[in-house]
Amino acid sequence: MIEIAASTALCLLMLSFVATAMRGRLAVSAAVYLGCAVSCFALALVGVWTLATQAGASAMRVPVGLPWLGAHLRLDALSAAFLTLLGTGGAAASVYAIGYGRHEHEPHRVLPFYPGFLAAMTLVLLADDAFTFLLSWEVMSLLSWALVLTHHREEENRTAGYLYLVMAGFGTMVLLLAFGLMAGAGGAYDFAAMREVARSPALAALVLALMMVGAGSKAGLMPLHVWLPVAHPAAPSHVSALMSGVMTKVALYGFVRVAFDLLGPVAWWMSVPVVVVGAVTAVMGILFANVDGDGKRVLAYSTIENIGVIFTALGLALAFRANEMAGLAALALTAGLVHAMNHMMFKSLLFMVAGAVLNATGQRDLDGLGGLIHRMPKTAFLALVGVTAIAALPPLNGFVSEWMLFQAVLQSPNLPQPGLQFLVPAAGGLLALAAALAAACFVRFYGVVFLGRPRSDAAREAGETDRWSLTAMGALALLCVLAGIVPGVLIDLVAPAVELAVGAGLPLQAGNSWFTLIPVAEGRSSYSGFLVMVFIAVSGGAAAWLVHRLGSRRLRRAPAWDCGLPNADPVTQYGSGSFAQPIRRVMAPVLAARETVTMPPPGDRAAARLAARTEDLAWTRVYMPIIAFVGAAATRFNALQFLTIRRYLSLVFGSLILLLTGLTIWN
Amino acid sequence: MHGLDFDIAHLLAGSLVLVSFMMIYQDRIYSLLNTFALQAVLLALAVAWQAWIQGAHHLYASAALALVFKGTIVPWALHRIVQRLGIHREVEVVTGVVPTMLAGMGLVALSILLMLQLTESAENALAREDLAFALSVILLGMLMMVTRRNAVTQVVGFMSLENGLILAAAGAQGMPLVVEISVAFSVLIAMIVIGVFLFRIRERFDSVDLESLDEFRGERR
Repeated sequence: MIEIAASTALCLLMLSFVATAMRGRLAVSAAVYLGCAVSCFALALVGVWTLATQAGASAMRVPVGLPWLGAHLRLDALSAAFLTLLGTGGAAASVYAIGYGRHEHEPHRVLPFYPGFLAAMTLVLLADDAFTFLLSWEVMSLLSWALVLTHHREEENRTAGYLYLVMAGFGTMVLLLAFGLMAGAGGAYDFAAMREVARSPALAALVLALMMVGAGSKAGLMPLHVWLPVAHPAAPSHVSALMSGVMTKVALYGFVRVAFDLLGPVAWWMSVPVVVVGAVTAVMGILFANVDGDGKRVLAYSTIENIGVIFTALGLALAFRANEMAGLAALALTAGLVHAMNHMMFKSLLFMVAGAVLNATGQRDLDGLGGLIHRMPKTAFLALVGVTAIAALPPLNGFVSEWMLFQAVLQSPNLPQPGLQFLVPAAGGLLALAAALAAACFVRFYGVVFLGRPRSDAAREAGETDRWSLTAMGALALLCVLAGIVPGVLIDLVAPAVELAVGAGLPLQAGNSWFTLIPVAEGRSSYSGFLVMVFIAVSGGAAAWLVHRLGSRRLRRAPAWDCGLPNADPVTQYGSGSFAQPIRRVMAPVLAARETVTMPPPGDRAAARLAARTEDLAWTRVYMPIIAFVGAAATRFNALQFLTIRRYLSLVFGSLILLLTGLTIWN
Repeated sequence: MHGLDFDIAHLLAGSLVLVSFMMIYQDRIYSLLNTFALQAVLLALAVAWQAWIQGAHHLYASAALALVFKGTIVPWALHRIVQRLGIHREVEVVTGVVPTMLAGMGLVALSILLMLQLTESAENALAREDLAFALSVILLGMLMMVTRRNAVTQVVGFMSLENGLILAAAGAQGMPLVVEISVAFSVLIAMIVIGVFLFRIRERFDSVDLESLDEFRGERR
């Protein structure tokens, strides 16, 4: 199996070169994306097959990379689970791009990097030694950076690209440290040898912290998230879908691989920072999503929230595993993995919707949209599925994974440590808040974009998107529904991966009647998405039937919401800022929200202005001082550029002597 | 290892360090070049002796390289450069000879302390001593580069630093010949480049004092 996966990655790499060589030809774009879609589909099949047949790990060594050592690749259940995710998300984004790519003005800025980006992510998942892992990771970062810079003529995007590059470089450097520490004195650089190295608890904790920083900066953990809401939206929409839906999951994979597989046992207290950071990230991410006015940035902030949710699940799994409660650890980890899968589905779907809206209207600003349900009915329906799923409403898939996570949270009284007994329910409270805010956020998103009246001419003249895009979005929406009503299939699918990570899997869900989900025991809790769907369909259908039966059939048209003052201007509608206002006011200290009212003096007929702004405290309190410090230090050290030759030599000589003296004393 | 073998190797390596000190002490360029040639000859002897006691025949080639290139060609070329450029015959120093000598002693003490500590586990006493001496020669070469103003003397410092590297390599037992040959060639090429460079500096500024370069770049001292 690994051979198929590796050769598919190679195919993708080849596609990159083909795309570079064939630039300028018209049909190239569609052909490249079709090739990517087929390759990704193959990857997904490999992943599903490996998981479903519970085939053991298969490994191979490719004689490229470091001389004499080569690159070690390995496909086990954990890689397979994420490979399935990557394949599905990649295939959907590629099919979408066949249609979306036609609108691209400069396709040669996307085409060469896109297949390579997919290949690099595949290789991260398949890597079985630190060198291959870090190399693929860095290639993934660089290629996605190139994709972020597709529309490099806009100043905003260049800034985003620069910020992304800095953060990605920082993250890889931290990962390098983490793997260096894990390798130990023996220099065990392949994963098999790393598993054997014995580590002190302090060292393991340090590695875990470094992994949280390194992988967390790519996934978007607070406060390392600052690049994500600017870089993800800057890329073309199918790439945004990949970055948000898939690349953050590849970062998660890195964390899971190290924390659950390579690192060996981890002390219980190390789960505390993971849970806390995860829960805080979830709430902060969705708060920012609630107040932001840019459609794609809202989605990117929501990605941060979901990553926070998944990290909380991983932290819980670590806590349960440290206390040898394998069954509950499996529950938490399953919730995390299934949520990762679900997030890939609905977030990719929503980014595609945003892309379709962007193509149809040229607007990313929520306040320039509105009323699109009439102009783009199919997209609007698919978007409705997406927002329902991401708002975690039953019977869709977002509910399943969050429900399972809360089941795990509710088991926290079983933990022996009092600290965790208090902390986990508190984190659960934060997660519940995040879930409610997510619902609010996507009501706002959907309401402002698709409902009401158009707020701009562009929105008034929008048309339905193309068939390829609709196919991709439809497939993802279907997956959302299926994963919601028969979640057992997905849970059984990731069970081998969970078993590999925590030593136990959830009980097999396939035999339960009515596709019911029973994570712990039948007496405790169960959920059947299928029955909920049947109930919603029956009750909804009955209500509709009753309304139509009892109500008058006469069509009446009357002005809505005019409150006695008919005003045709769509600006008077409830807008994105209006939706955000209550949350912005309540959460003002956290969001650093300020409102300034400018009233013209009496007699002046100028308009009064209300300006509301929020800022990211992580940016102003953490990053700005660092940037200022680096700037000041750079100015100070600038003098070093203008020394005489002899002074340079003296500098080198002096530092050598200093180091040698240090070594002598230290010995 | 015989006591005599060890003593002779020790003597040769030690005299390299001694010659390094002599180089610091020279105040005429010609005598500096002659001292440098002497150091190269001593290096050739030391390497040849290592070849003899280790039975490593490829080291004879290294010794021959040292003798031919650094013992004859390089000093001869530098002599010619100095003659043709009509460079000041005096060595222009930054600090006085005495502080430099004192600093050099400190460096030797440092390298011996460091090397004897670091290689405590090594059984081969000769390699330990050799490494300590080699590091001393390297550091003294650097010291010379740092404390001299004239480009020619800096070149000599660089070459003497490289002597230390070869001494370390010869003592380390098992450095492949190809590495040594490439080092020797790179030194030769560095020599050519620096020679050309010297001519260019001279053409432009009528001096090979590096400070003219600095003045040209508009800097204060």
